[in-house]
Amino acid sequence: MALDLHPARDGAPPTAKPPSPKGRGARRRLARLDLKAAPYLFISPFYLVFLIFGGFPLVYTLWVSLHTWGLSSGERTFTGWDNYSYLLGDGEFWHAVVNTIGIFAVSTVPQLLLALMVAGALDRKMRGATLMRIGMVAPLITSTAAVAIVFTQLFDKDFGFVNWAIGGLGFDHIAWQESRGWSWVAISTMVDWRWTGYNALIYLAAMQAIPRDLYEAAAIDGASRLRQFWQITVPLLRPTIIFTIIVSTIGGLQLFTEPVLFGSGSANRMDGGALHQFQTITMYMYDNAFTDDRYGYGAAVAWALFLLIIVFSLVNFAFVRRTGGTK
Amino acid sequence: MRDLGRIRPRIAVLATLATLLAGAAACGGDGDKKDDAAGGPVTLTVDVFGEFGYDQLYKQYEASHPGVTIKQRKVSTLDDYKPRIQQWIATGSGAGDVVALEEGILATYMQQKSKFLNLFDYGGKALESNFLPWKWQMGVTADGKQLVGLGTDIGPLGMCYRKDLFAKAGLPTDRDEVSKLWPTWDAFFQTGQKFQAKESKTKWLDGPSAILRTTVLQESGKGAGYSYFDKNNNLVFDTNPAIKTAFDTSLKFEQAKLTGDMQIFTPPWQTALKRDTFATVPCPSWMLGGISEFSGDYGKGKWDVASVPGGSGYWGGSWLAVPKQTKHPKEAAELAKFLTSPQGQVGAFKDKDTFPSSTVAEKDPAVTGATSAYFNNAPTGKIFGDMAAQVKPVYLGPKNEDVRQAVENVLIAVGQGKIPADQAWAKAVDAAKKAAR
Repeated sequence: MALDLHPARDGAPPTAKPPSPKGRGARRRLARLDLKAAPYLFISPFYLVFLIFGGFPLVYTLWVSLHTWGLSSGERTFTGWDNYSYLLGDGEFWHAVVNTIGIFAVSTVPQLLLALMVAGALDRKMRGATLMRIGMVAPLITSTAAVAIVFTQLFDKDFGFVNWAIGGLGFDHIAWQESRGWSWVAISTMVDWRWTGYNALIYLAAMQAIPRDLYEAAAIDGASRLRQFWQITVPLLRPTIIFTIIVSTIGGLQLFTEPVLFGSGSANRMDGGALHQFQTITMYMYDNAFTDDRYGYGAAVAWALFLLIIVFSLVNFAFVRRTGGTK
Repeated sequence: MRDLGRIRPRIAVLATLATLLAGAAACGGDGDKKDDAAGGPVTLTVDVFGEFGYDQLYKQYEASHPGVTIKQRKVSTLDDYKPRIQQWIATGSGAGDVVALEEGILATYMQQKSKFLNLFDYGGKALESNFLPWKWQMGVTADGKQLVGLGTDIGPLGMCYRKDLFAKAGLPTDRDEVSKLWPTWDAFFQTGQKFQAKESKTKWLDGPSAILRTTVLQESGKGAGYSYFDKNNNLVFDTNPAIKTAFDTSLKFEQAKLTGDMQIFTPPWQTALKRDTFATVPCPSWMLGGISEFSGDYGKGKWDVASVPGGSGYWGGSWLAVPKQTKHPKEAAELAKFLTSPQGQVGAFKDKDTFPSSTVAEKDPAVTGATSAYFNNAPTGKIFGDMAAQVKPVYLGPKNEDVRQAVENVLIAVGQGKIPADQAWAKAVDAAKKAAR
């Protein structure tokens, strides 16, 4: 029998001394305030910090985007929604949007599938499990710049390792930087190398919360390992999968460092290649705001990106929920 | 950037800590300020890009001005330097006490002259006779009331070539004979084809950007005296005949695949120097510093300098200005004056071949008689001095750099086979208009 640690409750609860009539109302009000306001007070630090570092820049960026504003020229004229109407018809902007979504698709789909498989493998009993799991996050703690520089050299057209290997197999060298599709693949490789382990660890944590008896029951019924994975693991991971998809969307649409460093051959690295074949939205934003001295227009691009991310997250959410529902 | 979405709260905390630390540091900094007021130790920061050749001069200046320490911040390419200085000037903090303004960005900052000291107030007037008149004039505002920048170097043109590779391809190697090979860009093109036929692994030129800039400035100097923009800053890309000529010249090299599609001073260009990837590069005097810096011992004795095809011309050159945000205006102005003085310019030339804009320095025997050991003892003083005397100034508008980058991209895309040559001009016009918006 378990030991009951609850205090014994024999007889009537102790009665509190009635407070003196004077100051009774004030104290009650204070108590109520404590009850109602304290939680807000406790969570306020995050929101205060967010207001300063998140809310204010957001509103200020909107303000900037309503101007023709040049940091170098010093020009600053209010032009209303002009920047936004130009943006809607700006072919270069939409080109960057297509690039960003393309790289996002090429990188995220294999990344999450691979992460799921790696997590499935790590979920089994094995020697040195901790070491293996820690190994998964090693790419994450290396600096993005270092990753991008190394990969850019690997993907070099003339002296890169990848082309050397491809040539060794008897294929033609690939112009990784010049071709739109191949440049997306190369950049996606960098992104995946960095983030697959991170997602795998999240999946792994969720997998370990799945009750083992479900698997035992399935095994008794004769379900293969693969079947167990697709019919037990994946459905139960759905909320986690939604989380990783949304986080990847936010990250993927803001992709910046990898393509910038991949374009180190251009004098202006924000171009993303001579035909802007791998220029992402953030690069286009930076290029306008800082290189081309159109700070106001850059701010408009930033806001468009913000709205795009919200739309994409909602679409993803709706899509994943429809295919199986969150619990 | 990608990380930001994931770890924003942590970054916010870090930022808060950083702010607190900065506050603490600011308190600690008060001591320094008192020292300055009493004429105590001063640290001056100089912001440059590429190779200015000032290292020895800083030491000299520190020795003759006890209490002054000079710190240099160097960025390798102008395109990386541009956004930095833009943010410093726009936000009013972060800039060095003395900043270099290249000819391509000078026009932009002339629009913001109030952000810079008027060097006339610091004894600038007396220096006028030191400089080439056009170089001096470009540093003065249109109304003639403010001296924003003091000229450093100009970039009279030569043509650098790989002597060893020329020998392999059966071309003459002596610099006078080499110069005779290419009086015009057409002749240069034909020589390139001959070279390319014998040496298929090495490209004739580094890329379209150097040749485009060279020819644009040569043609504009011969013609109207302005390039992509006229003197009222209207885009004249498609109407200025100088631009069309220059573009067509550069396009020919791209079409014939005679270039490596690289842009100067970028990492692939630096690597290419050590891998024999190209045999020639249009060489303003300051380019010599870049080549020797990036090829190191490997390139020593392999390069030489001949004359440039297509007549006279220059490319590049800078000014030194003092942003108003400096805490030491007097000391900074003194340093800028020293670095741009005839003596300073001779020193910089000796170090990195940046050719003086000071007429006094140009006559200095140390300049006229200069040879470059790295470049097979080429008489750089004479080659560039002869060219400098014929230079005609070209006006560059505030958006010049943006247009230039856009047009270079079109040429590179032609070289990569992504844009057909017959559509290149239309694409370039379009790109220029977008960039100049």
